[in-house]
Amino acid sequence: MELVRSHVLICGGTGCTSSGSEVLHEEFDEMLVKYGLDKEVKVIKTGCFGLCALGPVVVVYPEGAFYSRVKKEDVEEIVQEHLLKGRIVKRLVYDETVEQNDIKSLNDVNFYKKQQRVALRNCGVINPENIEEYIAVDGYQALGKVLTEMTPEEVIDTVKKSGLRGRGGGGFPTGTKWDFARKSVNEQKYVCCNADEGDPGAFMDRSVLEGDPHSVLEAMAIAGYAIGANQGYIYIRAEYPIAVRRLQIAIDQAKEYGLLGKNIFDTGFDFDIELRLGAGAFVCGEETALMTSIEGHRGEPRPRPPFPAVKGLWEKPTILNNVETYANIPVIFNKGADWFASIGTEKSKGTKVFALGGKINNTGLVEIPMGTTLREIVEEIGGGVPNGKKFKAAQTGGPSGGCIPASLIDTPIDYDSLISIGSMMGSGGLIVMDEDNCMVDIAKFFLEFTVDESCGKCTPCRIGTKRLLEILDKITKGQGTLEDIDRLEALCYHIKNASLCGLGQTAPNPVLSTLRYFRDEYEAHVVEKRCPAGVCKALLSYVIDPEKCKGCSACSRKCPVGAISGEIKKPFVIDTTKCIKCGVCMETCKFGAVVKK
Amino acid sequence: MSVKSSVPFNGTAEQEAKLKEVIAKYKDTRGALIPVLHEAQDIYGYLPLEVQVMIAEGLGVTLAEVYGVVTFYTQFSLNPKGKYAIAVCLGTACYVKGSGDIINKIQESLNLEVGGCTPDGKYSLNATRCIGACGLAPVMTVNDEVYGRLTVDDVSGILAKYAD
Repeated sequence: MELVRSHVLICGGTGCTSSGSEVLHEEFDEMLVKYGLDKEVKVIKTGCFGLCALGPVVVVYPEGAFYSRVKKEDVEEIVQEHLLKGRIVKRLVYDETVEQNDIKSLNDVNFYKKQQRVALRNCGVINPENIEEYIAVDGYQALGKVLTEMTPEEVIDTVKKSGLRGRGGGGFPTGTKWDFARKSVNEQKYVCCNADEGDPGAFMDRSVLEGDPHSVLEAMAIAGYAIGANQGYIYIRAEYPIAVRRLQIAIDQAKEYGLLGKNIFDTGFDFDIELRLGAGAFVCGEETALMTSIEGHRGEPRPRPPFPAVKGLWEKPTILNNVETYANIPVIFNKGADWFASIGTEKSKGTKVFALGGKINNTGLVEIPMGTTLREIVEEIGGGVPNGKKFKAAQTGGPSGGCIPASLIDTPIDYDSLISIGSMMGSGGLIVMDEDNCMVDIAKFFLEFTVDESCGKCTPCRIGTKRLLEILDKITKGQGTLEDIDRLEALCYHIKNASLCGLGQTAPNPVLSTLRYFRDEYEAHVVEKRCPAGVCKALLSYVIDPEKCKGCSACSRKCPVGAISGEIKKPFVIDTTKCIKCGVCMETCKFGAVVKK
Repeated sequence: MSVKSSVPFNGTAEQEAKLKEVIAKYKDTRGALIPVLHEAQDIYGYLPLEVQVMIAEGLGVTLAEVYGVVTFYTQFSLNPKGKYAIAVCLGTACYVKGSGDIINKIQESLNLEVGGCTPDGKYSLNATRCIGACGLAPVMTVNDEVYGRLTVDDVSGILAKYAD
């Protein structure tokens, strides 16, 4: 094996790829040859580092220099200065890691300090397209131990003891789920993986699949052994081409190494995994709909019971777990159930990965021990809200979840605390909103999503969500009444109680939770015909503050409909009957004289 | 969604041969319809009725079943895409950062509805679900090119790159 003195790790996650990391890889290869370093330095494409806001990210080891927003033109300088002469290019290093003349460890940076990487342990560390790198970090050791030393009952006991709960949102205890499937008697059973990450604004599972695909394969094989199944299916979104490709590479390599397929580790245990591509239907994240889709039909859910553990895919006992749940399994066997159970809170063990997005400085992927407060996530890890704006609320659980208002920012993040305040853990999308976001508009945004995605099978969801959206639309247009708010609330409970599957049962949550914490905003829309955040166009008017206006006429010249008039050097006026509320005047004014009301 | 595409079907014999290969490959796979549709869309760019008929006959399922599946999933399209397929992400992270304004601007500039294609077949516009590049929000894509951290003012410059 050849020895190299430095490693250049380039993030190959979707975020960094979108901001151009592929080009960097080629450029590094070329420059290393140019400076004669190609035998001494190795360039590796890894999974997500988490700090997507600073992408593309390049880390050079052994120094651990964290280069951010690297451009193609910067590569030569890094090669020449850092790799050839040993001088770190401070200009390009992430500011927070520079301390006077030294660079500090990434683990001491605010973004990483409070994080604990369990599910993401290998993301940004290994090359996901090389099985040997996974094996080098104890990969497939858990599967070996399970197959050669443990009975299926012991495997299930270990998972139960770890306290692991489903990371897809529901939080059902994983070990118990496996136990149900184990006890269902049938000659054929299936293990499925839900990689149909449909929540808008969530990309945790994709990052695991892109950065560490083998951990999911290993866990599925362990699950197969535990419940007595020899076939697995991964149902993955077609929108994730990089993840699909890496999973396929991983499956092929695992088969080549005998870690999937027939007679694994000479134990007589067979296990195979097939990929199935989703086709863009949110409802397919629901377990029965997902299985119907794998069977090749319209992805419509069906009533439960019978539960999938009894009658699932092709009517055989089936377990379905989410990607992140699986990613935790190998560590539980390598480090022990007690170790895993020591992380987190009493009822929520381990860590949770969140995709942090919206109005926050450090957008990206974070993994925190359960019980970390929302404040720590937003203010410390996330670096706060940009542009000096005020934190208003965080949304978790996507279209099924709810908002956590600023007054509850000290809520610990775990399954039960979130449910108790009317939100839910969800799969891990965490969107931060500031004072410029209108909560009625946000509720409307999620309802537009559910109306679009309702499969149409059951009436409460198909028609009920449509009616909810119509009422919300009326309110944002200033045509709502106080009775509308009451009707909205009552309808929410009808839909929750009467819908067939999780999609409909949770669809009203964004409305209910915004009503609970921001009812005053709804009332402002209805009673005062005013949108406090200044978002709902129908309720806005632009006016010029005569005190601040210098009479420069810049706004009047930009106005597309000629609604602004006045005399030079005297305050101008907007004719609200002509104004189309495009906001160009406000952007144009250098004196801040145009205001939204 | 209309049953028949506005653009006449002009599939080649070569495409048909490829489709037959795909159907043969999946003939014995359980739940083959969706994988076959994915590959058929890769071959033709979309799934016109003519292609659906071939798939129904090839797999021995009814056309109703095929059509039902095609129209259920948003990834499958009955209409061809433009030479430049523009997509704007309307995931939550992009939405709270103003991707709604971006899509309005594109609609205005190209006189194009969401889900539509310009009559010359040059541009098509779609609103997509989260593409996962939330760190770059708001995001749009033109074919495989990704544009992030957008403002409304960036739109005309980006569209100008695809004028030919």
